Amino acid sequence: MESEQEQEAGALGMASGSVLRGLPTGADGTSIEALGLNAYYGQKQVLREVSMKIRGGCVTAVIGPSGCGKSTFIRCLNRMHELGAGARVTGRVALDGQDIYAPTVDPALLRRRVGMVFQEPNPFPTMNIRDNVLSGLAMTGRLAAGQADEIVERSLRAAALWEEVRDKLKEPGLGLSGGQQQRLCIARALAVEPDVLLMDEPCSALDPIATARIEELIHTLAGKFTIVIVTHNMQQAARVSHDTAFFLGGALVELAPTNRLFTSPRDSRTEDYITGKFG
Amino acid sequence: MQRRHTDSAFEAELSELCERLVLMAERAAVMVETSVSALVARDTVQARQTLALDARVNRDELELDEMCLLLLAKRQPMASDLRLIAVVLKLVTDIERIADLAKNVAERVLDLNAEPPVREMEDVAQMCALVLEIYRESIAAFATLDVVKARTVIERDDEIDAAYHTLFRSMLLQMVSDTATVERGIHVQSVVKYLERIGDHATNLAEHVIFVAEGLDVRHRGLASQEGGSDGQ
Repeated sequence: MESEQEQEAGALGMASGSVLRGLPTGADGTSIEALGLNAYYGQKQVLREVSMKIRGGCVTAVIGPSGCGKSTFIRCLNRMHELGAGARVTGRVALDGQDIYAPTVDPALLRRRVGMVFQEPNPFPTMNIRDNVLSGLAMTGRLAAGQADEIVERSLRAAALWEEVRDKLKEPGLGLSGGQQQRLCIARALAVEPDVLLMDEPCSALDPIATARIEELIHTLAGKFTIVIVTHNMQQAARVSHDTAFFLGGALVELAPTNRLFTSPRDSRTEDYITGKFG
Repeated sequence: MQRRHTDSAFEAELSELCERLVLMAERAAVMVETSVSALVARDTVQARQTLALDARVNRDELELDEMCLLLLAKRQPMASDLRLIAVVLKLVTDIERIADLAKNVAERVLDLNAEPPVREMEDVAQMCALVLEIYRESIAAFATLDVVKARTVIERDDEIDAAYHTLFRSMLLQMVSDTATVERGIHVQSVVKYLERIGDHATNLAEHVIFVAEGLDVRHRGLASQEGGSDGQ
Protein backbone atom coordinates (compact mmCIF):
# COMPACT_ATOMS: atom_id res chain seq x y z
CA MET A 1 0.00 0.00 0.00
CA GLU A 2 1.58 3.24 -1.13
CA SER A 3 1.67 6.14 1.30
CA GLU A 4 0.25 9.50 0.26
CA GLN A 5 3.80 10.75 -0.17
CA GLU A 6 4.69 7.80 -2.40
CA GLN A 7 1.58 8.37 -4.50
CA GLU A 8 2.45 12.05 -4.93
CA ALA A 9 6.02 11.17 -5.80
CA GLY A 10 4.71 8.72 -8.38
CA ALA A 11 2.30 11.29 -9.80
CA LEU A 12 5.20 13.72 -10.17
CA GLY A 13 6.97 11.12 -12.25
CA MET A 14 9.70 10.39 -9.73
CA ALA A 15 11.39 7.07 -10.32
CA SER A 16 10.63 4.47 -7.72
CA GLY A 17 14.26 4.58 -6.62
CA SER A 18 14.30 8.34 -5.96
CA VAL A 19 15.56 9.44 -2.56
CA LEU A 20 12.15 10.79 -1.60
CA ARG A 21 10.21 7.77 -2.75
CA GLY A 22 12.66 5.27 -1.33
CA LEU A 23 14.05 2.10 -2.79
CA PRO A 24 11.84 -0.09 -4.95
CA THR A 25 10.44 -3.06 -3.10
CA GLY A 26 9.72 -6.55 -4.29
CA ALA A 27 6.14 -7.41 -5.13
CA ASP A 28 6.47 -10.37 -2.87
CA GLY A 29 9.24 -12.38 -1.27
CA THR A 30 9.77 -14.40 1.83
CA SER A 31 8.85 -12.54 4.97
CA ILE A 32 10.50 -13.32 8.27
CA GLU A 33 9.02 -12.87 11.70
CA ALA A 34 10.87 -13.23 14.99
CA LEU A 35 8.69 -13.59 18.06
CA GLY A 36 10.09 -13.52 21.60
CA LEU A 37 13.48 -14.64 20.30
CA ASN A 38 16.17 -15.29 22.92
CA ALA A 39 19.67 -16.56 22.21
CA TYR A 40 22.30 -17.80 24.63
CA TYR A 41 25.94 -18.82 24.67
CA GLY A 42 26.01 -21.09 27.70
CA GLN A 43 24.70 -19.00 30.59
CA LYS A 44 25.16 -15.74 28.76
CA GLN A 45 22.03 -14.34 27.13
CA VAL A 46 22.88 -12.43 23.94
CA LEU A 47 19.39 -11.81 22.52
CA ARG A 48 16.44 -10.74 24.63
CA GLU A 49 12.84 -11.15 23.57
CA VAL A 50 13.39 -9.89 20.04
CA SER A 51 10.14 -9.57 18.11
CA MET A 52 10.19 -8.02 14.66
CA LYS A 53 8.86 -8.48 11.16
CA ILE A 54 11.14 -8.41 8.13
CA ARG A 55 9.31 -7.51 4.95
CA GLY A 56 9.59 -9.93 2.05
CA GLY A 57 11.52 -8.65 -0.97
CA CYS A 58 13.01 -5.80 1.04
CA VAL A 59 16.42 -5.03 2.48
CA THR A 60 16.49 -4.74 6.26
CA ALA A 61 19.64 -3.35 7.87
CA VAL A 62 20.57 -4.28 11.41
CA ILE A 63 22.74 -1.74 13.22
CA GLY A 64 24.04 -1.36 16.74
CA PRO A 65 27.26 -1.23 18.76
CA SER A 66 29.61 -4.19 18.99
CA GLY A 67 28.17 -6.93 21.17
CA CYS A 68 24.57 -5.77 20.74
CA GLY A 69 23.52 -9.11 19.28
CA LYS A 70 23.01 -8.09 15.68
CA SER A 71 25.17 -10.85 14.18
CA THR A 72 23.66 -13.39 16.57
CA PHE A 73 20.23 -12.26 15.44
CA ILE A 74 20.86 -13.00 11.76
CA ARG A 75 22.59 -16.26 12.65
CA CYS A 76 19.32 -17.27 14.34
CA LEU A 77 17.49 -16.69 11.06
CA ASN A 78 19.18 -19.68 9.39
CA ARG A 79 19.88 -21.67 12.56
CA MET A 80 23.62 -21.08 12.40
CA HIS A 81 23.69 -19.80 15.96
CA GLU A 82 22.93 -23.25 17.38
CA LEU A 83 26.09 -24.66 15.73
CA GLY A 84 28.26 -22.95 18.36
CA ALA A 85 29.23 -24.84 21.51
CA GLY A 86 26.68 -24.25 24.28
CA ALA A 87 24.55 -22.09 22.01
CA ARG A 88 20.77 -22.31 22.20
CA VAL A 89 17.71 -20.40 21.10
CA THR A 90 14.20 -19.98 22.51
CA GLY A 91 11.26 -18.26 20.90
CA ARG A 92 10.06 -18.42 17.35
CA VAL A 93 11.33 -17.47 13.90
CA ALA A 94 8.91 -17.92 11.05
CA LEU A 95 9.67 -17.89 7.33
CA ASP A 96 6.43 -17.10 5.50
CA GLY A 97 4.62 -18.19 8.64
CA GLN A 98 6.48 -21.51 9.10
CA ASP A 99 8.50 -21.95 12.31
CA ILE A 100 12.10 -22.73 11.35
CA TYR A 101 12.74 -24.18 14.82
CA ALA A 102 9.97 -26.77 14.48
CA PRO A 103 11.26 -30.34 15.03
CA THR A 104 10.39 -31.31 11.49
CA VAL A 105 12.66 -28.69 9.92
CA ASP A 106 16.01 -29.89 8.57
CA PRO A 107 18.55 -27.11 9.31
CA ALA A 108 20.62 -28.02 6.24
CA LEU A 109 17.62 -27.59 3.96
CA LEU A 110 16.72 -24.37 5.75
CA ARG A 111 20.18 -22.96 5.04
CA ARG A 112 19.62 -23.50 1.34
CA ARG A 113 16.59 -21.24 1.58
CA VAL A 114 18.44 -18.75 3.77
CA GLY A 115 21.93 -18.14 2.43
CA MET A 116 24.66 -16.23 4.19
CA VAL A 117 27.55 -13.99 3.19
CA PHE A 118 30.20 -13.25 5.78
CA GLN A 119 32.45 -10.34 6.71
CA GLU A 120 35.63 -11.78 5.19
CA PRO A 121 35.29 -13.16 1.65
CA ASN A 122 35.78 -16.92 2.06
CA PRO A 123 35.93 -18.68 -1.29
CA PHE A 124 37.04 -22.31 -0.96
CA PRO A 125 40.81 -22.03 -1.35
CA THR A 126 41.34 -25.25 -3.25
CA MET A 127 38.58 -24.59 -5.79
CA ASN A 128 38.52 -22.60 -8.96
CA ILE A 129 35.93 -19.89 -9.58
CA ARG A 130 33.49 -22.22 -11.33
CA ASP A 131 33.66 -24.90 -8.65
CA ASN A 132 33.24 -22.30 -5.95
CA VAL A 133 29.95 -21.20 -7.50
CA LEU A 134 28.77 -24.79 -7.78
CA SER A 135 30.03 -25.94 -4.38
CA GLY A 136 26.73 -25.54 -2.54
CA LEU A 137 24.85 -27.61 -5.09
CA ALA A 138 27.62 -30.19 -5.40
CA MET A 139 27.82 -30.70 -1.63
CA THR A 140 24.11 -31.33 -1.37
CA GLY A 141 24.05 -33.61 -4.41
CA ARG A 142 21.65 -31.35 -6.28
CA LEU A 143 23.82 -30.56 -9.27
CA ALA A 144 21.99 -31.96 -12.24
CA ALA A 145 24.11 -33.01 -15.19
CA GLY A 146 24.23 -30.46 -17.98
CA GLN A 147 23.04 -27.56 -15.85
CA ALA A 148 26.35 -26.53 -14.37
CA ASP A 149 27.39 -24.01 -17.04
CA GLU A 150 24.01 -22.33 -16.98
CA ILE A 151 23.98 -22.09 -13.18
CA VAL A 152 27.53 -20.70 -13.12
CA GLU A 153 26.74 -18.00 -15.64
CA ARG A 154 23.37 -17.09 -14.08
CA SER A 155 24.81 -16.89 -10.57
CA LEU A 156 27.86 -14.88 -11.59
CA ARG A 157 25.68 -12.51 -13.63
CA ALA A 158 23.34 -12.06 -10.66
CA ALA A 159 26.37 -11.28 -8.51
CA ALA A 160 27.62 -8.77 -11.13
CA LEU A 161 30.85 -10.71 -11.58
CA TRP A 162 30.32 -12.56 -14.87
CA GLU A 163 31.92 -10.01 -17.18
CA GLU A 164 35.05 -9.89 -15.03
CA VAL A 165 35.63 -13.65 -14.72
CA ARG A 166 33.98 -15.27 -17.74
CA ASP A 167 37.36 -15.99 -19.32
CA LYS A 168 39.04 -17.34 -16.20
CA LEU A 169 36.51 -19.67 -14.62
CA LYS A 170 39.17 -22.31 -14.11
CA GLU A 171 41.42 -20.00 -12.13
CA PRO A 172 41.48 -20.12 -8.31
CA GLY A 173 38.86 -18.05 -6.49
CA LEU A 174 41.54 -16.72 -4.20
CA GLY A 175 43.24 -15.07 -7.20
CA LEU A 176 40.46 -12.48 -7.36
CA SER A 177 40.50 -9.11 -5.60
CA GLY A 178 38.78 -8.82 -2.22
CA GLY A 179 35.67 -7.25 -3.72
CA GLN A 180 35.50 -9.86 -6.49
CA GLN A 181 35.94 -12.65 -3.92
CA GLN A 182 33.00 -11.27 -1.95
CA ARG A 183 30.85 -11.17 -5.08
CA LEU A 184 31.99 -14.75 -5.80
CA CYS A 185 30.71 -15.70 -2.35
CA ILE A 186 27.42 -13.97 -3.15
CA ALA A 187 27.26 -15.91 -6.45
CA ARG A 188 27.90 -19.11 -4.47
CA ALA A 189 25.04 -18.23 -2.13
CA LEU A 190 22.72 -17.39 -5.06
CA ALA A 191 23.53 -20.62 -6.94
CA VAL A 192 21.39 -22.67 -4.56
CA GLU A 193 18.45 -20.30 -5.30
CA PRO A 194 17.73 -19.09 -1.77
CA ASP A 195 14.73 -16.99 -0.76
CA VAL A 196 16.64 -14.99 1.82
CA LEU A 197 20.18 -13.63 1.83
CA LEU A 198 21.80 -12.79 5.15
CA MET A 199 24.85 -10.53 4.96
CA ASP A 200 27.08 -10.08 7.99
CA GLU A 201 29.12 -6.90 7.41
CA PRO A 202 29.81 -7.90 3.80
CA CYS A 203 31.81 -4.77 2.97
CA SER A 204 33.86 -4.24 6.09
CA ALA A 205 36.97 -5.75 4.49
CA LEU A 206 36.51 -3.95 1.15
CA ASP A 207 37.72 -0.65 -0.31
CA PRO A 208 35.18 2.08 -1.26
CA ILE A 209 34.91 1.05 -4.92
CA ALA A 210 34.41 -2.63 -4.08
CA THR A 211 31.90 -1.53 -1.42
CA ALA A 212 30.00 0.54 -3.99
CA ARG A 213 29.80 -2.51 -6.29
CA ILE A 214 28.37 -4.67 -3.49
CA GLU A 215 25.86 -1.94 -2.58
CA GLU A 216 24.79 -1.67 -6.20
CA LEU A 217 24.44 -5.44 -6.26
CA ILE A 218 22.25 -5.32 -3.14
CA HIS A 219 19.99 -2.84 -4.96
CA THR A 220 19.78 -5.25 -7.88
CA LEU A 221 19.03 -8.25 -5.67
CA ALA A 222 16.42 -6.43 -3.57
CA GLY A 223 12.99 -7.36 -4.82
CA LYS A 224 14.18 -10.77 -5.95
CA PHE A 225 15.32 -11.79 -2.48
CA THR A 226 14.66 -10.81 1.09
CA ILE A 227 17.95 -9.40 2.36
CA VAL A 228 19.04 -8.82 5.94
CA ILE A 229 22.34 -6.99 6.28
CA VAL A 230 24.32 -6.37 9.44
CA THR A 231 26.55 -3.34 9.14
CA HIS A 232 28.59 -1.02 11.31
CA ASN A 233 28.45 1.58 8.57
CA MET A 234 25.34 3.67 9.18
CA GLN A 235 25.64 5.50 5.87
CA GLN A 236 25.64 2.10 4.18
CA ALA A 237 22.54 1.06 6.12
CA ALA A 238 20.91 4.33 5.07
CA ARG A 239 21.85 3.81 1.42
CA VAL A 240 20.94 0.18 0.87
CA SER A 241 17.99 -0.66 3.10
CA HIS A 242 14.25 -0.18 3.19
CA ASP A 243 13.97 -0.78 6.93
CA THR A 244 16.52 -0.46 9.69
CA ALA A 245 16.56 -2.19 13.07
CA PHE A 246 18.62 -0.78 15.94
CA PHE A 247 19.79 -3.31 18.53
CA LEU A 248 21.22 -2.52 21.95
CA GLY A 249 22.22 -4.92 24.71
CA GLY A 250 20.67 -7.86 22.89
CA ALA A 251 17.28 -6.17 22.52
CA LEU A 252 15.57 -4.54 19.57
CA VAL A 253 15.21 -0.84 20.35
CA GLU A 254 13.62 0.45 17.16
CA LEU A 255 12.60 -0.89 13.76
CA ALA A 256 11.51 1.77 11.29
CA PRO A 257 11.57 2.73 7.62
CA THR A 258 15.18 3.69 6.92
CA ASN A 259 14.28 7.16 5.62
CA ARG A 260 12.69 7.96 8.95
CA LEU A 261 15.09 6.20 11.30
CA PHE A 262 18.09 8.18 10.07
CA THR A 263 16.34 11.56 10.04
CA SER A 264 13.90 11.41 12.94
CA PRO A 265 14.31 8.33 15.12
CA ARG A 266 11.60 7.93 17.73
CA ASP A 267 13.75 6.44 20.51
CA SER A 268 16.37 8.59 22.22
CA ARG A 269 18.75 5.60 22.39
CA THR A 270 18.65 5.33 18.60
CA GLU A 271 19.22 9.08 18.31
CA ASP A 272 22.22 8.87 20.67
CA TYR A 273 23.75 5.96 18.76
CA ILE A 274 23.39 7.30 15.23
CA THR A 275 24.58 10.78 16.20
CA GLY A 276 27.61 9.38 18.00
CA LYS A 277 26.54 10.33 21.51
CA PHE A 278 26.78 6.76 22.63
CA GLY A 279 29.08 5.35 25.33
CA MET B 1 20.50 15.45 30.65
CA GLN B 2 21.58 16.38 27.12
CA ARG B 3 23.99 13.70 25.83
CA ARG B 4 27.16 14.97 24.23
CA HIS B 5 28.86 13.63 21.13
CA THR B 6 31.59 11.08 21.77
CA ASP B 7 33.77 13.06 19.34
CA SER B 8 34.30 16.34 21.18
CA ALA B 9 35.59 18.04 18.03
CA PHE B 10 32.26 17.37 16.30
CA GLU B 11 30.41 18.63 19.39
CA ALA B 12 32.48 21.83 19.24
CA GLU B 13 31.89 22.24 15.49
CA LEU B 14 28.11 21.98 15.92
CA SER B 15 28.20 24.43 18.83
CA GLU B 16 30.20 26.88 16.76
CA LEU B 17 27.73 26.53 13.89
CA CYS B 18 24.80 27.38 16.20
CA GLU B 19 26.64 30.26 17.85
CA ARG B 20 27.61 31.77 14.51
CA LEU B 21 24.05 31.50 13.22
CA VAL B 22 22.79 33.28 16.34
CA LEU B 23 25.46 35.94 15.85
CA MET B 24 24.41 36.41 12.22
CA ALA B 25 20.75 36.61 13.26
CA GLU B 26 21.59 39.21 15.90
CA ARG B 27 23.54 41.26 13.34
CA ALA B 28 20.44 41.28 11.14
CA ALA B 29 18.36 42.29 14.19
CA VAL B 30 20.67 45.23 14.80
CA MET B 31 20.21 46.25 11.15
CA VAL B 32 16.43 46.20 11.57
CA GLU B 33 16.72 48.18 14.79
CA THR B 34 19.06 50.77 13.25
CA SER B 35 17.03 51.17 10.09
CA VAL B 36 13.79 51.87 11.98
CA SER B 37 15.57 54.13 14.44
CA ALA B 38 16.83 56.06 11.40
CA LEU B 39 13.28 56.13 10.02
CA VAL B 40 11.74 57.51 13.20
CA ALA B 41 14.55 60.01 13.83
CA ARG B 42 14.83 60.94 10.12
CA ASP B 43 18.52 60.23 10.55
CA THR B 44 20.32 59.83 7.20
CA VAL B 45 23.65 58.94 8.85
CA GLN B 46 22.07 56.05 10.73
CA ALA B 47 20.36 54.88 7.54
CA ARG B 48 23.72 54.79 5.76
CA GLN B 49 25.20 52.87 8.72
CA THR B 50 22.51 50.22 8.24
CA LEU B 51 23.43 49.85 4.59
CA ALA B 52 27.08 49.35 5.55
CA LEU B 53 26.23 46.51 7.96
CA ASP B 54 24.78 44.37 5.18
CA ALA B 55 28.17 43.27 3.85
CA ARG B 56 29.01 41.54 7.13
CA VAL B 57 25.75 39.57 7.10
CA ASN B 58 26.39 38.55 3.50
CA ARG B 59 29.81 37.27 4.57
CA ASP B 60 28.17 35.34 7.43
CA GLU B 61 25.91 33.66 4.89
CA LEU B 62 28.83 32.49 2.78
CA GLU B 63 30.86 31.31 5.77
CA LEU B 64 27.96 29.43 7.36
CA ASP B 65 27.13 27.78 4.03
CA GLU B 66 30.72 26.61 3.78
CA MET B 67 30.69 25.32 7.37
CA CYS B 68 27.55 23.31 6.64
CA LEU B 69 28.99 21.80 3.47
CA LEU B 70 32.19 20.82 5.26
CA LEU B 71 30.25 19.29 8.16
CA LEU B 72 28.08 17.30 5.74
CA ALA B 73 31.15 16.08 3.84
CA LYS B 74 33.30 15.28 6.86
CA ARG B 75 30.82 14.11 9.45
CA GLN B 76 27.94 12.62 7.43
CA PRO B 77 25.54 13.60 10.21
CA MET B 78 22.40 11.70 11.14
CA ALA B 79 19.12 12.41 12.91
CA SER B 80 19.04 15.70 14.90
CA ASP B 81 22.56 16.63 13.72
CA LEU B 82 21.46 16.22 10.11
CA ARG B 83 18.29 18.21 10.76
CA LEU B 84 20.30 21.00 12.42
CA ILE B 85 22.75 21.37 9.54
CA ALA B 86 20.01 21.19 6.90
CA VAL B 87 18.09 23.86 8.82
CA VAL B 88 21.10 26.17 9.17
CA LEU B 89 21.54 25.97 5.39
CA LYS B 90 17.98 27.25 5.03
CA LEU B 91 18.04 29.77 7.87
CA VAL B 92 21.06 31.65 6.56
CA THR B 93 18.91 32.51 3.55
CA ASP B 94 16.06 33.73 5.77
CA ILE B 95 18.40 35.81 7.90
CA GLU B 96 20.20 37.24 4.89
CA ARG B 97 16.78 38.24 3.52
CA ILE B 98 15.97 39.94 6.86
CA ALA B 99 19.18 41.95 6.51
CA ASP B 100 18.23 42.84 2.94
CA LEU B 101 14.79 43.98 4.13
CA ALA B 102 16.43 46.17 6.80
CA LYS B 103 18.56 47.59 4.02
CA ASN B 104 15.39 48.26 2.00
CA VAL B 105 13.94 50.12 5.00
CA ALA B 106 17.12 52.23 5.23
CA GLU B 107 16.91 53.05 1.51
CA ARG B 108 13.33 54.25 2.02
CA VAL B 109 14.56 56.41 4.89
CA LEU B 110 16.84 58.22 2.45
CA ASP B 111 13.82 58.84 0.18
CA LEU B 112 11.50 59.85 3.04
CA ASN B 113 14.00 62.32 4.46
CA ALA B 114 13.61 64.29 1.25
CA GLU B 115 9.88 64.61 2.02
CA PRO B 116 7.94 66.27 4.85
CA PRO B 117 7.46 64.12 8.02
CA VAL B 118 4.73 61.45 8.12
CA ARG B 119 2.14 61.49 10.93
CA GLU B 120 1.89 57.69 11.28
CA MET B 121 5.58 57.24 12.15
CA GLU B 122 4.80 56.50 15.82
CA ASP B 123 2.60 53.56 14.75
CA VAL B 124 5.34 52.32 12.40
CA ALA B 125 7.81 52.45 15.31
CA GLN B 126 5.38 50.38 17.41
CA MET B 127 5.04 47.79 14.66
CA CYS B 128 8.80 47.65 14.37
CA ALA B 129 9.16 47.07 18.11
CA LEU B 130 6.68 44.20 17.81
CA VAL B 131 8.55 42.68 14.84
CA LEU B 132 11.89 42.99 16.60
CA GLU B 133 10.53 41.46 19.79
CA ILE B 134 9.14 38.46 17.92
CA TYR B 135 12.24 38.08 15.75
CA ARG B 136 14.50 38.11 18.82
CA GLU B 137 12.22 35.55 20.46
CA SER B 138 12.75 33.32 17.43
CA ILE B 139 16.54 33.74 17.74
CA ALA B 140 16.34 32.84 21.44
CA ALA B 141 14.18 29.82 20.58
CA PHE B 142 16.85 28.65 18.14
CA ALA B 143 19.72 29.26 20.57
CA THR B 144 18.11 27.04 23.22
CA LEU B 145 16.01 24.85 20.87
CA ASP B 146 12.99 25.97 22.90
CA VAL B 147 9.93 24.63 21.06
CA VAL B 148 7.48 26.35 23.42
CA LYS B 149 9.00 29.71 22.54
CA ALA B 150 9.07 28.74 18.86
CA ARG B 151 5.36 27.92 18.90
CA THR B 152 4.63 31.28 20.53
CA VAL B 153 6.55 33.04 17.76
CA ILE B 154 4.53 31.24 15.10
CA GLU B 155 1.25 32.14 16.81
CA ARG B 156 2.27 35.80 17.23
CA ASP B 157 2.80 36.31 13.49
CA ASP B 158 -0.92 37.16 13.39
CA GLU B 159 -0.17 40.24 15.55
CA ILE B 160 2.34 41.44 12.97
CA ASP B 161 -0.08 40.80 10.11
CA ALA B 162 -2.81 42.74 11.94
CA ALA B 163 -0.48 45.71 12.55
CA TYR B 164 0.54 45.63 8.89
CA HIS B 165 -3.05 45.68 7.60
CA THR B 166 -3.99 48.51 10.01
CA LEU B 167 -1.05 50.65 8.96
CA PHE B 168 -1.45 49.87 5.28
CA ARG B 169 -5.09 50.94 5.37
CA SER B 170 -4.31 54.00 7.44
CA MET B 171 -1.72 55.15 4.88
CA LEU B 172 -4.14 54.43 2.05
CA LEU B 173 -6.82 56.62 3.61
CA GLN B 174 -4.23 59.32 4.21
CA MET B 175 -3.18 59.25 0.55
CA VAL B 176 -6.79 59.32 -0.67
CA SER B 177 -7.62 62.30 1.52
CA ASP B 178 -4.43 64.19 0.71
CA THR B 179 -2.85 63.38 -2.64
CA ALA B 180 0.22 65.41 -1.73
CA THR B 181 1.17 62.55 0.64
CA VAL B 182 1.07 59.82 -2.03
CA GLU B 183 4.80 59.54 -2.60
CA ARG B 184 5.77 59.38 1.10
CA GLY B 185 2.71 57.21 1.78
CA ILE B 186 3.92 54.63 -0.72
CA HIS B 187 7.36 54.67 0.93
CA VAL B 188 5.81 54.05 4.36
CA GLN B 189 3.59 51.30 2.97
CA SER B 190 6.73 49.67 1.57
CA VAL B 191 8.42 49.93 4.97
CA VAL B 192 5.55 48.23 6.77
CA LYS B 193 5.51 45.53 4.08
CA TYR B 194 9.24 44.96 4.70
CA LEU B 195 8.54 44.67 8.44
CA GLU B 196 5.73 42.21 7.78
CA ARG B 197 8.10 40.10 5.64
CA ILE B 198 10.67 40.14 8.45
CA GLY B 199 7.94 38.67 10.66
CA ASP B 200 7.42 35.89 8.10
CA HIS B 201 11.14 35.05 8.15
CA ALA B 202 11.03 34.97 11.97
CA THR B 203 8.18 32.47 11.65
CA ASN B 204 10.32 30.35 9.32
CA LEU B 205 13.08 30.40 11.92
CA ALA B 206 10.65 29.23 14.61
CA GLU B 207 9.23 26.47 12.39
CA HIS B 208 12.74 25.18 11.78
CA VAL B 209 13.45 25.17 15.54
CA ILE B 210 10.56 22.72 15.94
CA PHE B 211 11.95 20.59 13.10
CA VAL B 212 15.42 20.43 14.65
CA ALA B 213 14.15 19.71 18.16
CA GLU B 214 11.30 17.32 17.40
CA GLY B 215 11.72 16.20 13.79
CA LEU B 216 8.27 17.64 13.16
CA ASP B 217 7.80 19.62 9.94
CA VAL B 218 5.05 22.18 10.66
CA ARG B 219 5.62 24.28 7.54
CA HIS B 220 2.47 24.89 5.50
CA ARG B 221 0.55 22.66 7.89
CA GLY B 222 -0.02 24.74 10.98
CA LEU B 223 0.91 23.90 14.53
CA ALA B 224 -1.98 21.48 14.91
CA SER B 225 -0.21 19.01 12.61
CA GLN B 226 1.28 16.11 14.49
CA GLU B 227 2.72 14.32 11.50
CA GLY B 228 6.40 13.53 11.80
CA GLY B 229 9.12 13.65 9.17
CA SER B 230 9.09 11.62 6.02
CA ASP B 231 8.51 7.93 6.46
CA GLY B 232 9.75 7.69 2.98
CA GLN B 233 9.09 4.07 2.22
